Amino acid sequence: MELQYWIWIAVGISFSLYIGIAIWSRASSTKEFYVAGGGVHPIANGMATAADWMSAASFISMAGIISFNGYDGSVYLMGWTGGYVLLALLLAPYLRKFGKFTVPDFIGDRYYSNYARGVAVFCALIVSFTYIAGQMRGVGVVFSRYLEVDITTGVVIGMCIVLFYAVLGGMKGITYTQVAQYCVLIFAFMVPAVFISIIMTGNAIPQIGFGSAISGSDGVYLLDKLDGLHQELGFHEYTTGSKSTLDVFLITLALMVGTAGLPHVIVRFFTVKKVSDARKSAGWALLFIAILYTTAPAIAVFSRTNLIETVSNKEYANLPGWFEKWQTTGLIKFEDKNQDGLIQYVADPKINELTVDADIMVLANPEIAKLPNWVIALMAAGALAAALSTAAGLLLVISASVSHDLIKKIINPAVSEKNELIAARLSAFGAVLLAGYFGVNPPGFVAATVALAFGLAAASFFPAIVMGIFSKRMNKEGAISGMVVGILFMLFYMTKFKFGWFGGGTNEDWWFGISPEGFGSFAMLVNFVVSIIVSKLTPPPGEEIQSLIENIRKPN
Amino acid sequence: MKKENTYWNTNLKYLVLLLSIWFMASFGFGILFVDALNEIKLGGFKLGFWFAQQGSIYVFVILIFVYIYLMNRLDAKYKTKE
Repeated sequence: MELQYWIWIAVGISFSLYIGIAIWSRASSTKEFYVAGGGVHPIANGMATAADWMSAASFISMAGIISFNGYDGSVYLMGWTGGYVLLALLLAPYLRKFGKFTVPDFIGDRYYSNYARGVAVFCALIVSFTYIAGQMRGVGVVFSRYLEVDITTGVVIGMCIVLFYAVLGGMKGITYTQVAQYCVLIFAFMVPAVFISIIMTGNAIPQIGFGSAISGSDGVYLLDKLDGLHQELGFHEYTTGSKSTLDVFLITLALMVGTAGLPHVIVRFFTVKKVSDARKSAGWALLFIAILYTTAPAIAVFSRTNLIETVSNKEYANLPGWFEKWQTTGLIKFEDKNQDGLIQYVADPKINELTVDADIMVLANPEIAKLPNWVIALMAAGALAAALSTAAGLLLVISASVSHDLIKKIINPAVSEKNELIAARLSAFGAVLLAGYFGVNPPGFVAATVALAFGLAAASFFPAIVMGIFSKRMNKEGAISGMVVGILFMLFYMTKFKFGWFGGGTNEDWWFGISPEGFGSFAMLVNFVVSIIVSKLTPPPGEEIQSLIENIRKPN
Repeated sequence: MKKENTYWNTNLKYLVLLLSIWFMASFGFGILFVDALNEIKLGGFKLGFWFAQQGSIYVFVILIFVYIYLMNRLDAKYKTKE
């Protein structure tokens, strides 16, 4: 059957499934809208968290980035999984015990201050918006490549679907659609990986396959061969790094801590019934995430080897059909510099004739490996599931921040539950429109700001929450000044080196050789130091707060 | 009050222990000592590379489930009902 039919079938079935679930599980109270009524099973919540967490970036881009960077790509693998250990051990159980709806709720109550709450709302909104714009863009790209509509139409279709189930279902609707979306995306990710692993190494488990010998060779290991190919073409050896150890260390730390501080991840742990379920959810979530994250480096190695073998020194005229298809999207570029009709793919930019965008490695992988059409259709459905589930989760954080933290807690505490629910739905609606606008007209800084989101979360939320739980001495003066200084410091460094503000600067001007991506770790440290010093100089929190902390720590 | 303090202190002890393992598996084996470990081979993998792209993630998953087990046991010991 034709590829186009397969794609319409896969996307059509998965979308009607999501809509069906949304109608079945629509929310009728604010508690259902914000935290799904607080009665989600830990395994279901784990799946929903995994789908919420794994965005278009994890599904589409990550394996490609690892593919081009080899060992240096490890920062994403460790950074985006290790954060869950911090979540499960340091944050999730206590925040669940605290038992409110949002992260600004905790900050505002623990630090007995609406200023603290306001700062937290501001951070939550910034982090969530930078993220969601990227997701809508991902939806647009997938639609335009696979359904052959233009990007704007793709974004609009995506907006309508998300709008439908996020506005109708709230957290409850989102949670159960995310469970379905996790199943779709993990199936779509694993099927081609298993196929390719069998073809290349004869081993059905990709995690083991990429460390095995190539089938049909006399025990030559795949990784050794790839290292050899890289050396031949002048690239850096695949299995060792080119970044400085300090920078790898700090980027990994910033991503881990940033993950633990992201509001749309934390809020998922408010949806379970009891504290022990919050711990369990974190465990299941990481297990479900680990399935994709341990497969991604295998896909990276398979597709890298396949790509080099398919194109390097081959005649341009005889390349397979996928090459031309992706060329029309502009994600593959070929320029025959020496006019010999062959493709020179090497590290030296003067001789190199081929540029491949990291984003296509996962999506084009089944085509490069000549897998059947239904597998390619599955990839389209999986990528859409990944982008939509994350967008929906973020949307909810935005709407809860506006209707709950801003309207109910700061502007008008007398608002009725019914009106609060209307406000929540309206702000979700507004957020979708804004996200859609950025999806159609992406600001050039989207890629840069997604990294900024992690740095911001690391530099602001994480220290405030951790010290709110583990220190009884930490007071509002300390927490607020820590958050403000941490964020501003991070913003300063990122804008200086990413956008060239404050005099700009190049890689050589980085402080101690720390990249902006890794600077979140440093800003976090500054936040901790400032908070502690300021809190020592100002009065400790009152009796009430002491007993609030006691209560969070108690076995319940 | 006394009882709650021992509960909390035991919890802190678990945290220190598990987070040390968390640190060693990722920042230790995957980053700081990666070159030394790469001298050892595990099938087709260099060991340091394997820890950075596979091993650390498996360790993370195990750590959380160990913590769940330890805390459930601790909760039971202090006979708590939710």
